[in-house]
Amino acid sequence: MFARKSNVFLLFMAVNIFLLALVFGHASYGEKNALPYLRGKAQMVKRIGLSDLCLFTDARYARHPSMADLSTPFQDHPMSLEHFPSGTIITPPPHLRSK
Amino acid sequence: MSRFNKQRNILDFTLSSLLRRRTKNSALVIVYTLIVFSLASVLFFTQAIKKEACIVLQNSPEIIVQRIVAGRHDLLPADYIDTIRAIRGVQSAKGRLWGYYFEPAAGANYTLMVSEEPGVEVGRIVIGQGVSRTIHANRADIVPFRRYDGSYTSFEVSDILSSESELVSSDLVLISESDFREMMGIRGEYVTDAAVYAKNKRELFMIADKIKRILPDTRPITKDEILRTYEAIFDWRGGILLVILSGAVIAFVILAWDKASGLSSDERREIGILKGIGWETSDVIAMKFWEGAVISLSSFSLGIILAYIHVFFASSALFEPALKGWSVLYPEFRLVPHMDPLQIATLFFLTVVPYTVSTIVPSWRAATIDPDTVMRL
Repeated sequence: MFARKSNVFLLFMAVNIFLLALVFGHASYGEKNALPYLRGKAQMVKRIGLSDLCLFTDARYARHPSMADLSTPFQDHPMSLEHFPSGTIITPPPHLRSK
Repeated sequence: MSRFNKQRNILDFTLSSLLRRRTKNSALVIVYTLIVFSLASVLFFTQAIKKEACIVLQNSPEIIVQRIVAGRHDLLPADYIDTIRAIRGVQSAKGRLWGYYFEPAAGANYTLMVSEEPGVEVGRIVIGQGVSRTIHANRADIVPFRRYDGSYTSFEVSDILSSESELVSSDLVLISESDFREMMGIRGEYVTDAAVYAKNKRELFMIADKIKRILPDTRPITKDEILRTYEAIFDWRGGILLVILSGAVIAFVILAWDKASGLSSDERREIGILKGIGWETSDVIAMKFWEGAVISLSSFSLGIILAYIHVFFASSALFEPALKGWSVLYPEFRLVPHMDPLQIATLFFLTVVPYTVSTIVPSWRAATIDPDTVMRL
Protein backbone atom coordinates (compact mmCIF):
# COMPACT_ATOMS: atom_id res chain seq x y z
CA MET A 1 0.00 0.00 0.00
CA PHE A 2 2.83 2.37 0.89
CA ALA A 3 4.70 1.60 -2.32
CA ARG A 4 2.91 4.49 -4.05
CA LYS A 5 3.54 7.96 -2.75
CA SER A 6 -0.01 9.00 -3.65
CA ASN A 7 -1.36 6.35 -1.24
CA VAL A 8 0.77 7.75 1.58
CA PHE A 9 -0.44 11.28 0.82
CA LEU A 10 -4.10 10.24 0.56
CA LEU A 11 -3.78 8.40 3.88
CA PHE A 12 -2.18 11.48 5.43
CA MET A 13 -5.06 13.64 4.16
CA ALA A 14 -7.62 11.10 5.41
CA VAL A 15 -6.02 11.27 8.87
CA ASN A 16 -6.10 15.08 8.72
CA ILE A 17 -9.76 15.13 7.66
CA PHE A 18 -10.55 12.69 10.46
CA LEU A 19 -8.72 14.95 12.95
CA LEU A 20 -10.61 18.01 11.62
CA ALA A 21 -13.90 16.15 12.05
CA LEU A 22 -12.76 15.22 15.55
CA VAL A 23 -12.03 18.91 16.25
CA PHE A 24 -15.58 19.86 15.16
CA GLY A 25 -17.02 16.99 17.21
CA HIS A 26 -14.98 17.97 20.25
CA ALA A 27 -16.04 21.61 19.93
CA SER A 28 -19.71 20.70 19.64
CA TYR A 29 -19.51 18.24 22.57
CA GLY A 30 -17.51 20.73 24.65
CA GLU A 31 -20.03 23.50 23.96
CA LYS A 32 -22.96 21.34 25.05
CA ASN A 33 -21.06 20.05 28.07
CA ALA A 34 -20.04 23.55 29.16
CA LEU A 35 -23.59 24.94 29.22
CA PRO A 36 -24.32 24.09 32.90
CA TYR A 37 -21.07 25.62 34.07
CA LEU A 38 -21.54 28.69 31.85
CA ARG A 39 -25.00 29.09 33.39
CA GLY A 40 -23.38 28.80 36.82
CA LYS A 41 -20.98 31.58 35.86
CA ALA A 42 -23.88 33.67 34.56
CA GLN A 43 -25.68 33.17 37.90
CA MET A 44 -22.58 34.42 39.70
CA VAL A 45 -22.55 37.49 37.45
CA LYS A 46 -26.18 38.11 38.41
CA ARG A 47 -25.67 37.56 42.16
CA ILE A 48 -22.63 39.81 42.44
CA GLY A 49 -23.77 42.27 39.75
CA LEU A 50 -20.68 42.03 37.55
CA SER A 51 -20.39 43.93 34.30
CA ASP A 52 -17.15 42.73 32.68
CA LEU A 53 -14.87 39.79 32.03
CA CYS A 54 -11.61 39.67 33.96
CA LEU A 55 -9.20 39.58 31.01
CA PHE A 56 -6.69 42.28 31.95
CA THR A 57 -5.90 43.59 35.39
CA ASP A 58 -3.19 46.16 34.66
CA ALA A 59 -5.34 49.19 33.83
CA ARG A 60 -8.85 49.90 35.04
CA TYR A 61 -10.20 50.82 31.61
CA ALA A 62 -8.98 47.41 30.45
CA ARG A 63 -10.33 45.59 33.51
CA HIS A 64 -13.80 47.09 33.07
CA PRO A 65 -13.90 48.31 29.45
CA SER A 66 -17.67 48.76 29.41
CA MET A 67 -17.44 51.09 32.42
CA ALA A 68 -14.58 53.22 31.06
CA ASP A 69 -14.92 56.80 29.89
CA LEU A 70 -13.07 58.38 26.99
CA SER A 71 -10.50 60.21 29.09
CA THR A 72 -9.67 57.29 31.43
CA PRO A 73 -6.56 56.15 29.58
CA PHE A 74 -5.17 59.70 29.54
CA GLN A 75 -6.11 60.98 32.96
CA ASP A 76 -2.95 60.26 34.94
CA HIS A 77 -1.75 63.78 34.31
CA PRO A 78 -2.13 66.47 31.64
CA MET A 79 -0.50 65.35 28.35
CA SER A 80 -0.47 61.80 29.70
CA LEU A 81 -0.32 59.19 26.96
CA GLU A 82 -2.03 55.86 27.16
CA HIS A 83 0.78 53.47 28.03
CA PHE A 84 -0.60 50.12 29.18
CA PRO A 85 0.08 47.19 26.81
CA SER A 86 -3.52 46.01 27.23
CA GLY A 87 -4.61 49.37 25.81
CA THR A 88 -3.18 48.29 22.44
CA ILE A 89 -5.35 45.17 22.43
CA ILE A 90 -8.71 46.62 23.31
CA THR A 91 -10.66 49.32 21.56
CA PRO A 92 -12.98 51.80 23.28
CA PRO A 93 -16.52 50.41 23.65
CA PRO A 94 -18.91 51.40 20.82
CA HIS A 95 -21.29 53.24 23.19
CA LEU A 96 -18.43 55.55 24.15
CA ARG A 97 -17.66 56.38 20.54
CA SER A 98 -21.26 57.06 19.64
CA LYS A 99 -22.08 59.34 22.61
CA MET B 1 -6.34 4.42 -18.35
CA SER B 2 -9.18 5.69 -16.19
CA ARG B 3 -9.29 9.36 -15.27
CA PHE B 4 -8.78 8.50 -11.57
CA ASN B 5 -5.68 6.43 -12.28
CA LYS B 6 -4.29 9.16 -14.50
CA GLN B 7 -4.68 11.72 -11.70
CA ARG B 8 -3.08 9.30 -9.21
CA ASN B 9 -0.10 8.87 -11.52
CA ILE B 10 0.23 12.63 -11.85
CA LEU B 11 -0.01 12.91 -8.04
CA ASP B 12 2.72 10.28 -7.68
CA PHE B 13 4.92 12.25 -10.03
CA THR B 14 4.12 15.53 -8.23
CA LEU B 15 5.03 14.07 -4.83
CA SER B 16 8.33 12.76 -6.21
CA SER B 17 9.01 16.17 -7.71
CA LEU B 18 8.24 17.88 -4.36
CA LEU B 19 10.47 15.44 -2.50
CA ARG B 20 13.36 16.22 -4.85
CA ARG B 21 13.21 19.79 -3.51
CA ARG B 22 12.36 18.67 0.00
CA THR B 23 14.26 21.39 1.93
CA LYS B 24 12.56 24.23 0.06
CA ASN B 25 9.13 22.61 0.17
CA SER B 26 9.40 21.64 3.87
CA ALA B 27 10.25 25.25 4.69
CA LEU B 28 7.27 26.33 2.60
CA VAL B 29 4.90 23.96 4.46
CA ILE B 30 6.25 25.14 7.84
CA VAL B 31 5.78 28.84 7.01
CA TYR B 32 2.36 28.21 5.46
CA THR B 33 1.27 26.14 8.50
CA LEU B 34 2.46 28.91 10.83
CA ILE B 35 0.44 31.52 8.92
CA VAL B 36 -2.74 29.41 9.05
CA PHE B 37 -1.99 28.57 12.69
CA SER B 38 -1.72 32.22 13.75
CA LEU B 39 -4.80 33.29 11.77
CA ALA B 40 -6.87 30.38 13.09
CA SER B 41 -5.62 30.86 16.68
CA VAL B 42 -6.74 34.50 16.64
CA LEU B 43 -10.09 33.53 15.13
CA PHE B 44 -10.72 30.71 17.62
CA PHE B 45 -9.63 32.78 20.61
CA THR B 46 -11.72 35.84 19.76
CA GLN B 47 -14.80 33.82 18.81
CA ALA B 48 -14.64 31.77 22.01
CA ILE B 49 -14.25 34.89 24.19
CA LYS B 50 -17.09 36.68 22.39
CA LYS B 51 -19.36 33.66 22.74
CA GLU B 52 -18.55 33.25 26.44
CA ALA B 53 -19.01 36.98 27.12
CA CYS B 54 -22.36 36.86 25.34
CA ILE B 55 -23.64 33.99 27.51
CA VAL B 56 -22.12 35.00 30.85
CA LEU B 57 -22.80 38.75 30.68
CA GLN B 58 -26.46 38.20 29.72
CA ASN B 59 -27.03 38.32 33.47
CA SER B 60 -25.21 41.59 34.12
CA PRO B 61 -27.27 44.55 35.42
CA GLU B 62 -29.78 45.82 32.86
CA ILE B 63 -28.65 49.43 33.25
CA ILE B 64 -25.63 50.71 35.16
CA VAL B 65 -25.80 54.38 36.06
CA GLN B 66 -22.53 56.20 36.58
CA ARG B 67 -21.99 59.79 37.59
CA ILE B 68 -19.56 61.75 35.44
CA VAL B 69 -17.78 64.77 36.92
CA ALA B 70 -15.35 66.74 34.74
CA GLY B 71 -15.30 63.92 32.20
CA ARG B 72 -14.40 61.35 34.83
CA HIS B 73 -16.29 58.60 36.60
CA ASP B 74 -17.22 59.83 40.09
CA LEU B 75 -19.08 58.56 43.16
CA LEU B 76 -22.86 58.57 42.82
CA PRO B 77 -24.91 60.26 45.60
CA ALA B 78 -27.21 57.64 47.17
CA ASP B 79 -30.25 59.94 46.79
CA TYR B 80 -29.88 59.62 42.99
CA ILE B 81 -31.02 56.02 43.45
CA ASP B 82 -34.34 57.19 44.97
CA THR B 83 -34.82 59.50 41.97
CA ILE B 84 -34.16 56.58 39.61
CA ARG B 85 -36.56 54.30 41.51
CA ALA B 86 -39.32 56.90 41.04
CA ILE B 87 -39.04 56.68 37.23
CA ARG B 88 -41.97 54.80 35.75
CA GLY B 89 -40.97 51.34 34.49
CA VAL B 90 -38.07 50.88 36.93
CA GLN B 91 -38.47 47.65 38.86
CA SER B 92 -35.52 48.11 41.19
CA ALA B 93 -32.40 50.21 41.59
CA LYS B 94 -29.54 49.30 43.86
CA GLY B 95 -26.27 51.02 44.62
CA ARG B 96 -23.10 49.10 43.77
CA LEU B 97 -19.96 49.61 45.81
CA TRP B 98 -16.77 48.58 44.16
CA GLY B 99 -13.29 49.86 43.46
CA TYR B 100 -9.70 48.90 42.82
CA TYR B 101 -6.98 48.05 45.27
CA PHE B 102 -3.29 48.01 44.43
CA GLU B 103 -1.39 45.43 46.45
CA PRO B 104 2.11 46.93 46.75
CA ALA B 105 3.89 43.74 47.86
CA ALA B 106 2.76 41.71 44.85
CA GLY B 107 2.29 44.70 42.51
CA ALA B 108 -1.16 43.35 41.61
CA ASN B 109 -4.50 45.12 41.16
CA TYR B 110 -7.63 43.65 42.72
CA THR B 111 -11.26 44.56 42.17
CA LEU B 112 -12.93 45.03 45.55
CA MET B 113 -16.65 44.55 45.45
CA VAL B 114 -19.32 44.70 48.12
CA SER B 115 -21.37 41.54 48.03
CA GLU B 116 -23.76 39.52 50.12
CA GLU B 117 -22.32 36.21 48.96
CA PRO B 118 -22.14 33.48 51.62
CA GLY B 119 -18.90 33.87 53.56
CA VAL B 120 -18.77 37.65 53.24
CA GLU B 121 -19.18 39.17 56.70
CA VAL B 122 -17.56 41.94 58.68
CA GLY B 123 -13.87 40.99 58.91
CA ARG B 124 -14.25 38.10 56.44
CA ILE B 125 -13.74 38.16 52.69
CA VAL B 126 -14.11 35.84 49.72
CA ILE B 127 -11.33 36.03 47.12
CA GLY B 128 -10.90 34.97 43.49
CA GLN B 129 -8.43 32.29 42.36
CA GLY B 130 -6.07 34.88 40.88
CA VAL B 131 -5.83 36.78 44.18
CA SER B 132 -5.29 33.52 46.05
CA ARG B 133 -2.51 32.54 43.64
CA THR B 134 -0.81 35.96 43.74
CA ILE B 135 -0.57 36.28 47.52
CA HIS B 136 -0.60 32.54 48.29
CA ALA B 137 -3.70 32.94 50.45
CA ASN B 138 -5.92 30.01 51.36
CA ARG B 139 -9.06 29.55 53.43
CA ALA B 140 -8.75 30.84 57.03
CA ASP B 141 -5.61 32.87 56.19
CA ILE B 142 -5.41 36.47 57.39
CA VAL B 143 -4.73 38.99 54.63
CA PRO B 144 -3.64 42.58 55.38
CA PHE B 145 -5.06 45.53 53.41
CA ARG B 146 -3.98 49.16 53.44
CA ARG B 147 -6.71 51.64 54.29
CA TYR B 148 -7.22 55.01 52.62
CA ASP B 149 -5.50 56.76 55.57
CA GLY B 150 -2.37 54.59 55.37
CA SER B 151 -3.20 52.38 58.34
CA TYR B 152 -3.60 48.62 57.93
CA THR B 153 -6.52 46.33 58.49
CA SER B 154 -6.78 42.60 57.98
CA PHE B 155 -9.45 40.17 56.89
CA GLU B 156 -9.89 36.46 57.16
CA VAL B 157 -10.32 34.58 53.87
CA SER B 158 -13.56 32.65 54.36
CA ASP B 159 -13.74 31.17 50.88
CA ILE B 160 -12.08 31.13 47.44
CA LEU B 161 -14.21 31.45 44.31
CA SER B 162 -14.16 28.45 41.96
CA SER B 163 -11.45 28.15 39.32
CA GLU B 164 -14.16 27.60 36.64
CA SER B 165 -15.32 31.17 37.22
CA GLU B 166 -11.87 32.75 36.79
CA LEU B 167 -12.82 34.54 33.60
CA VAL B 168 -15.18 36.73 35.60
CA SER B 169 -13.83 36.49 39.14
CA SER B 170 -10.07 36.00 39.14
CA ASP B 171 -9.17 39.37 40.69
CA LEU B 172 -12.28 39.77 42.87
CA VAL B 173 -12.21 40.44 46.59
CA LEU B 174 -15.76 40.26 47.90
CA ILE B 175 -16.10 42.32 51.04
CA SER B 176 -18.85 43.57 53.37
CA GLU B 177 -20.24 47.08 52.94
CA SER B 178 -19.00 48.42 56.27
CA ASP B 179 -15.48 47.04 55.71
CA PHE B 180 -15.39 48.51 52.19
CA ARG B 181 -16.54 51.96 53.31
CA GLU B 182 -14.10 51.96 56.21
CA MET B 183 -11.22 50.82 54.04
CA MET B 184 -11.85 53.19 51.12
CA GLY B 185 -13.08 56.14 53.18
CA ILE B 186 -16.37 56.37 51.28
CA ARG B 187 -19.15 57.96 53.28
CA GLY B 188 -22.57 56.31 53.61
CA GLU B 189 -24.31 58.77 51.29
CA TYR B 190 -22.29 57.69 48.26
CA VAL B 191 -22.09 54.56 46.14
CA THR B 192 -19.84 53.74 43.18
CA ASP B 193 -22.69 53.42 40.69
CA ALA B 194 -26.21 52.01 40.52
CA ALA B 195 -27.62 48.83 38.97
CA VAL B 196 -31.11 49.37 37.58
CA TYR B 197 -33.63 46.72 36.51
CA ALA B 198 -36.71 47.43 34.40
CA LYS B 199 -40.17 45.86 34.62
CA ASN B 200 -40.34 45.55 30.85
CA LYS B 201 -37.03 44.75 29.12
CA ARG B 202 -38.22 46.53 25.95
CA GLU B 203 -38.34 49.81 27.87
CA LEU B 204 -34.65 49.75 28.80
CA PHE B 205 -33.59 52.42 26.30
CA MET B 206 -36.52 54.65 27.26
CA ILE B 207 -35.63 54.35 30.95
CA ALA B 208 -31.95 55.01 30.21
CA ASP B 209 -33.01 58.10 28.26
CA LYS B 210 -35.23 59.31 31.14
CA ILE B 211 -32.38 58.83 33.65
CA LYS B 212 -30.11 60.89 31.42
CA ARG B 213 -32.71 63.67 31.19
CA ILE B 214 -33.61 63.74 34.89
CA LEU B 215 -30.02 63.36 36.10
CA PRO B 216 -27.92 65.07 33.39
CA ASP B 217 -24.58 64.42 35.14
CA THR B 218 -25.08 60.66 34.90
CA ARG B 219 -24.26 58.15 32.20
CA PRO B 220 -26.51 55.10 31.88
CA ILE B 221 -24.90 52.02 30.30
CA THR B 222 -27.35 49.38 29.13
CA LYS B 223 -26.73 45.63 29.08
CA ASP B 224 -26.76 45.66 25.28
CA GLU B 225 -23.94 48.19 25.33
CA ILE B 226 -21.96 45.98 27.74
CA LEU B 227 -22.43 43.00 25.41
CA ARG B 228 -21.51 45.04 22.34
CA THR B 229 -18.31 46.14 24.12
CA TYR B 230 -17.01 42.57 23.93
CA GLU B 231 -18.05 42.25 20.32
CA ALA B 232 -16.04 45.41 19.57
CA ILE B 233 -12.99 44.62 21.74
CA PHE B 234 -12.20 41.52 19.73
CA ASP B 235 -13.25 43.02 16.47
CA TRP B 236 -10.74 42.26 13.69
CA ARG B 237 -10.09 45.98 13.28
CA GLY B 238 -9.00 46.36 16.90
CA GLY B 239 -5.47 46.82 18.18
CA ILE B 240 -3.12 43.90 18.25
CA LEU B 241 -5.54 41.60 16.43
CA LEU B 242 -5.18 43.76 13.37
CA VAL B 243 -1.38 43.63 13.74
CA ILE B 244 -1.37 39.82 13.97
CA LEU B 245 -3.86 39.42 11.15
CA SER B 246 -2.16 41.90 8.84
CA GLY B 247 1.28 40.37 9.57
CA ALA B 248 -0.02 36.91 8.72
CA VAL B 249 -1.88 38.13 5.62
CA ILE B 250 1.17 40.04 4.34
CA ALA B 251 3.37 36.96 4.90
CA PHE B 252 0.85 34.91 2.95
CA VAL B 253 0.66 37.44 0.13
CA ILE B 254 4.49 37.38 -0.16
CA LEU B 255 4.35 33.58 -0.29
CA ALA B 256 1.65 33.54 -2.96
CA TRP B 257 3.31 36.38 -4.91
CA ASP B 258 6.59 34.49 -4.97
CA LYS B 259 4.76 31.58 -6.59
CA ALA B 260 2.67 33.68 -8.95
CA SER B 261 5.54 35.88 -10.14
CA GLY B 262 7.29 33.07 -11.94
CA LEU B 263 8.90 29.67 -11.89
CA SER B 264 12.49 28.82 -11.05
CA SER B 265 14.74 27.73 -13.93
CA ASP B 266 14.58 24.13 -12.61
CA GLU B 267 10.81 24.17 -12.69
CA ARG B 268 10.79 25.63 -16.21
CA ARG B 269 13.23 22.97 -17.40
CA GLU B 270 11.06 20.26 -15.78
CA ILE B 271 7.99 21.55 -17.63
CA GLY B 272 9.96 21.73 -20.90
CA ILE B 273 11.15 18.12 -20.52
CA LEU B 274 7.63 16.93 -19.66
CA LYS B 275 6.24 18.68 -22.72
CA GLY B 276 9.11 17.29 -24.78
CA ILE B 277 8.32 13.70 -23.79
CA GLY B 278 4.68 14.15 -24.69
CA TRP B 279 2.81 15.61 -21.70
CA GLU B 280 -0.19 17.72 -22.63
CA THR B 281 -0.55 21.27 -21.33
CA SER B 282 -3.54 20.06 -19.29
CA ASP B 283 -1.33 17.37 -17.67
CA VAL B 284 1.26 19.97 -16.69
CA ILE B 285 -1.46 22.19 -15.22
CA ALA B 286 -2.91 19.16 -13.36
CA MET B 287 0.55 18.44 -11.95
CA LYS B 288 0.94 22.03 -10.77
CA PHE B 289 -2.58 21.97 -9.34
CA TRP B 290 -1.68 18.91 -7.29
CA GLU B 291 1.57 20.57 -6.20
CA GLY B 292 -0.36 23.56 -4.85
CA ALA B 293 -3.05 21.35 -3.38
CA VAL B 294 -0.58 19.04 -1.58
CA ILE B 295 1.23 21.97 0.05
CA SER B 296 -1.81 24.11 0.88
CA LEU B 297 -4.15 21.33 2.04
CA SER B 298 -1.46 19.81 4.29
CA SER B 299 -0.56 23.20 5.75
CA PHE B 300 -4.19 24.25 6.16
CA SER B 301 -5.31 21.13 8.01
CA LEU B 302 -2.17 21.06 10.18
CA GLY B 303 -2.53 24.79 10.97
CA ILE B 304 -6.18 24.43 11.99
CA ILE B 305 -5.55 21.37 14.19
CA LEU B 306 -2.53 22.98 15.89
CA ALA B 307 -4.46 26.25 16.45
CA TYR B 308 -7.33 24.33 18.07
CA ILE B 309 -4.90 22.54 20.40
CA HIS B 310 -3.17 25.86 21.16
CA VAL B 311 -6.34 27.78 22.05
CA PHE B 312 -8.48 25.13 23.73
CA PHE B 313 -5.96 22.74 25.28
CA ALA B 314 -2.92 24.96 25.91
CA SER B 315 -4.96 28.01 27.08
CA SER B 316 -3.61 30.18 24.21
CA ALA B 317 -0.12 30.01 25.75
CA LEU B 318 1.50 31.90 22.85
CA PHE B 319 -0.88 34.86 23.27
CA GLU B 320 -0.28 35.01 27.02
CA PRO B 321 2.63 37.50 27.01
CA ALA B 322 0.59 39.89 24.83
CA LEU B 323 -2.59 39.48 26.89
CA LYS B 324 -0.76 39.65 30.20
CA GLY B 325 0.76 43.04 29.45
CA TRP B 326 1.79 44.51 32.78
CA SER B 327 -0.76 42.50 34.74
CA VAL B 328 0.77 40.72 37.72
CA LEU B 329 -2.51 38.99 38.43
CA TYR B 330 -3.52 37.15 35.30
CA PRO B 331 -6.57 34.90 35.10
CA GLU B 332 -5.91 31.30 34.14
CA PHE B 333 -8.92 30.27 32.14
CA ARG B 334 -9.76 27.55 29.69
CA LEU B 335 -12.15 28.68 27.00
CA VAL B 336 -15.18 26.69 25.94
CA PRO B 337 -14.42 25.28 22.45
CA HIS B 338 -16.37 26.91 19.69
CA MET B 339 -15.97 26.24 15.96
CA ASP B 340 -17.84 28.10 13.30
CA PRO B 341 -17.82 26.15 9.98
CA LEU B 342 -18.31 29.44 8.10
CA GLN B 343 -15.09 30.84 9.56
CA ILE B 344 -13.15 27.72 8.61
CA ALA B 345 -14.59 27.94 5.09
CA THR B 346 -13.59 31.63 4.89
CA LEU B 347 -10.08 30.81 6.06
CA PHE B 348 -9.93 28.00 3.49
CA PHE B 349 -10.96 30.27 0.61
CA LEU B 350 -8.55 32.98 1.76
CA THR B 351 -5.53 30.69 2.00
CA VAL B 352 -5.84 27.45 0.02
CA VAL B 353 -7.61 28.77 -3.10
CA PRO B 354 -5.32 31.79 -3.82
CA TYR B 355 -2.19 29.72 -3.23
CA THR B 356 -3.32 26.86 -5.48
CA VAL B 357 -4.35 29.31 -8.22
CA SER B 358 -1.06 31.20 -7.91
CA THR B 359 0.89 27.97 -8.57
CA ILE B 360 -1.15 27.15 -11.68
CA VAL B 361 -0.96 30.51 -13.51
CA PRO B 362 2.85 30.69 -14.14
CA SER B 363 2.92 26.99 -15.00
CA TRP B 364 0.16 27.45 -17.54
CA ARG B 365 2.20 30.26 -19.12
CA ALA B 366 5.35 28.09 -19.19
CA ALA B 367 3.42 25.05 -20.45
CA THR B 368 1.99 26.89 -23.43
CA ILE B 369 5.43 27.97 -24.72
CA ASP B 370 7.40 25.73 -27.07
CA PRO B 371 9.32 23.08 -24.98
CA ASP B 372 12.59 23.83 -26.73
CA THR B 373 12.30 27.54 -25.83
CA VAL B 374 11.36 26.73 -22.21
CA MET B 375 14.37 24.44 -21.77
CA ARG B 376 16.73 27.04 -23.23
CA LEU B 377 15.47 29.85 -20.95
